Parts: sequence; C-alpha cells; structure tokens
Amino acid sequence: MHGNFEVDQCGLKAMCMSVQKTVKVLLAAIMLALVPNTGAAATSDPANASEEKEFNPAELAMEHVLDAHEWHLADYSGHSVSIPLPIILWDNGLKVFMSSAFDHGHSVVESGGSHYVIEHETIYKTDAGGTLTYDEAGHPTNEKPLDFSITKNVASMFLSVLLLLGIFIGAARSYSGANVPRGIASFMEPLIVFVRDDIAKNNIGEAKYRKFLPYLLTVFFFIWINNLIGLLPIPPGGGANVTGNIAVTMVLAIFTFILTNIYGNKDYWKHIFWMPGVPVAVKPLLAIVEFLGIFTKPFALMIRLFANITAGHIIILSLISLIFIFETEWASIASVPFVIFMSCIELLVALLQAYIFTLLSALFIGLAVQEHEHH
Amino acid sequence: MDLVTPGIGLIFWSTITFILLLWLLKRFAWKPILGAVKSREESIKNALSAAEDAKKEMQNLTADSEKLLKEARAEREAMLKEAREIREKIVADAKERAEAEGDKMIKQAQATIESEKKAAVADIKSQVAELSVAIAEKVIKEKFSDKAKQLELVDTMLGEVKLN
Repeated sequence: MHGNFEVDQCGLKAMCMSVQKTVKVLLAAIMLALVPNTGAAATSDPANASEEKEFNPAELAMEHVLDAHEWHLADYSGHSVSIPLPIILWDNGLKVFMSSAFDHGHSVVESGGSHYVIEHETIYKTDAGGTLTYDEAGHPTNEKPLDFSITKNVASMFLSVLLLLGIFIGAARSYSGANVPRGIASFMEPLIVFVRDDIAKNNIGEAKYRKFLPYLLTVFFFIWINNLIGLLPIPPGGGANVTGNIAVTMVLAIFTFILTNIYGNKDYWKHIFWMPGVPVAVKPLLAIVEFLGIFTKPFALMIRLFANITAGHIIILSLISLIFIFETEWASIASVPFVIFMSCIELLVALLQAYIFTLLSALFIGLAVQEHEHH
Repeated sequence: MDLVTPGIGLIFWSTITFILLLWLLKRFAWKPILGAVKSREESIKNALSAAEDAKKEMQNLTADSEKLLKEARAEREAMLKEAREIREKIVADAKERAEAEGDKMIKQAQATIESEKKAAVADIKSQVAELSVAIAEKVIKEKFSDKAKQLELVDTMLGEVKLN
C-alpha cells in the first residue's frame, strides 16, 4: 500500500523526482516486494481501479523468485508465452503429464482417474469440476499430491549441471598430453587452486583436506554457476532462482551438516558435550549451546545463501517495476542505471556467496576433523 | 509463506542432481585436473631444485677450474724456480770444475817447471862436474910441465867458465 501512496504523489512527474524520493520509492518497492502476495494485491486507488488488471510489483517479484511449473518467458497480447515442463505427481501411483495441460491454471487435468488443478503454483487434488474449498485465510484445503515435477528451478538446475559438466570435463580434457591448461581450463584452474589452497587447505589442514576437496569444489562451482544463471534474463536463467530457493540451499547445507558430523572425530564430540578447560558447572550449559550449534551452523548456511540471492533478485525486479509503477518510460532514466548497478553488485555477490558457503563448509568440516592439542 | 517453505520435489531433485554432479565431477573433472595441477607443481618444484643443483655444480666446477688454474700456476712457478736453481747449480759446478782444472793445470805446470828446473840444474851440475874434471885434468897436466903456465891456464879456464 505504501507503494501506491507513492505512486499518487509522484504520478507522471516521475521525471523531476528528487533523489530523496527515488530512495523513498525504492524502499517502498522493496517493502512491498517483501509483503506476501495476498496482502499487497488490494488497493483503494480510484485511478487504477478502472484498469482491468492492476500492476502489482510484489506479485511480479514473487512470481520470479518462487518456483514454477512452467517456464514463463513473456506475456504477449494477453497470452502467456511459456515452455511447458513435465508434471510428476505421486498420488497412489505415478502421474506424469505436461504443465501445458493446466493451460496456465485455467484447466482441470484428469490423470489416472484423479483430477488436479494448479493454484499459486501448488497442485491440488480436485473433482471433475475443479472445485476448491478455502479456509478462513483464503488457502485451499484440498488434498495435495506429492509433487516431484520438473519445475523451472529443477530444469534450470539440470541445465546448470550440463554446463558444469561441459566446462569442467572439457577443462580436464585439455590437460591430456601436456600438463598445461588450455582454453577454459586456464580460467578455471586458478579458481580450483584457490579453493584447494585458500579454502580447503587453510581450514581443514594439509593432512585431511583431500577427502573433502571434491565436495568443496563441486559446491563452490554449483552455487556460483547457479547464481550467475539466476541473473540471466533468458533460459537457462530467465526467472529461475535455483540458489535463491530454500529447498536447494537446504539440501546443500544438509550435505555440509552430514559431512561435518560423519567425519567429526572424538575431540569434536568432546568439545560439544563436555567442553574441556571450563568449570564443571558450565559444562552442561555449554553442551546445550554447542549441541544447538550443530544445527544452527548449517541452518545459517541455508538462510544466508537463500536470503542473499533472493534479496538480490527482489531488488532488481523492484527497480524494474518502478517503470511500471510510475507508468512512464521516463522512470527508466533512474531505474535502468540502478538496475545495472545492482546487477554488477549481484555478479560480485554471486561469487562472494559461493565463496562464503564453501569457506564456511570447509571451516565447519575443519573444526570437526582437526586434531586438538590437549590442554 | 511459499518463499521459506522448502518443496519436497525440489529437495528430491536437488539431492539427486547434486550427488550425481558430485560423483561425475569428482570422477571426470576434479581428479584429472587436480592430478595435472599437482604433477605440474611437482615438476616445477623438481625443475627448480634441478636448476639449483646445476647452479651449485656450476659453482663447484668454477671453483675446481680455479683451483686447477692456481695449481698449474704454482707448478709453473715451482718449475721455473727449479730450473733457475738447476741453472745456477750447473753454472756454479762448471765454475768450480773450471777452477779446479785450472788449479790442476797450474799445479802440473809448476811441477813440470820444477822438474825441468831440477833437470836443468842436474844437467848444469853434471856439466860443471865434467868441466871441473876436464879442468882438473888440464891443470894436472900443466902442473906437471910448468908451474906458471898451469896457473895461467887455471885463470883462463876460470875466465871461460865465467863467460859461460
């Protein structure tokens, strides 16, 4: 609602708005974007009420940040242009069909004797008429089948895997014969050596880093490439937001969690449950804190990557939305440079977050496997 | 809140995808790349230490050759010195021998002179004796004839002797 208030104030005079106002609008747009979809949709603005479909930047941002069952590319004269993706459901048996069957959420799909509808990218089981019953908060109460669909993010992730395999197997090939990197390998090798020397060796130690190096390298490049793909406006990016999805960051954090606790040695567990070198009375207290730490560390990994990437996407989308909020192309004079600036920052963030995730993973693993000097 | 609710499908696919990616990259990318990088680092290390060794060897060689040169110089010096000594000795020897020879020759000459002298003296002595005997004979002859004449004869004869 704040966004709409600002729109009223500025109106078509967007050209002459002050920097201060720009910042205010920017903040408002970001706030708007962070409000859940349903809340921001309502409006009391009489000027826009006449329009058939009001532009909602929050909805736009959410649409781009969240996962989807089809790869939406553009809207053209009222029609969605999108790549259909396979829907895979487990509902007393495997049901597979293409997302185009939903006709962008307008149709009920019959598969294996059951009927399904899609609303807000969630698939519900329904009857032949597509009836949905809602609770007080406006959420459907219909049964939800287990959804293993190849969504936009899954598809983008698959493409990123192909890209990663192409780059690195290609790089590995270029070493055959002479031991000298050629082509892409000469670009990737310093990064690989950086991960090896400055992340793995420094944090895990000379003796044990080798075992964890493949994981750290894979995590680093997986996150980095997916962060970069997320910035692309066209497939394999184009709204896909793999590393800004909490399911993906959760899986990555769980891998670090598993590695840390499987390879944690006696000292690691001793430092958690019976911390040496502190008074006995403090030991149980520390044990509780340290035990929680086992989970909070990967939890922080999960949240950090998810929040950073999602926030970056939302900021860029909000800045672009300014043009549509002001309903004038002149807003692009302010908005486009900001978007370019933010995109440059996001390029840095893409690498930085990959580095931080890998570094902290190495640090946690290092703490778990290191040999403590006995105090 | 869809944003912070992890979906089961994406969890499933990202787990499978990541494990597969990890396995594939480990097997086909990280292993050969890290192997190549490591072997290159080792070969660089080896090359550097080989260069270091070569440098040391070079230094040793230079030191050796310098030593050899010094030795050669010393030897030459020694030889020259020896040669000089030998020369001096030869000269000295020759001198000594010449002196000795000279002395010997002088001595021989002196001895010859002495013996010649002796022979001459002996000859004179024998001649004087003969002469004396001949004078004595004549004197004796004269004495028996004329005393005055005998004396005159002796005088004449003595005068003759003096002339000799």
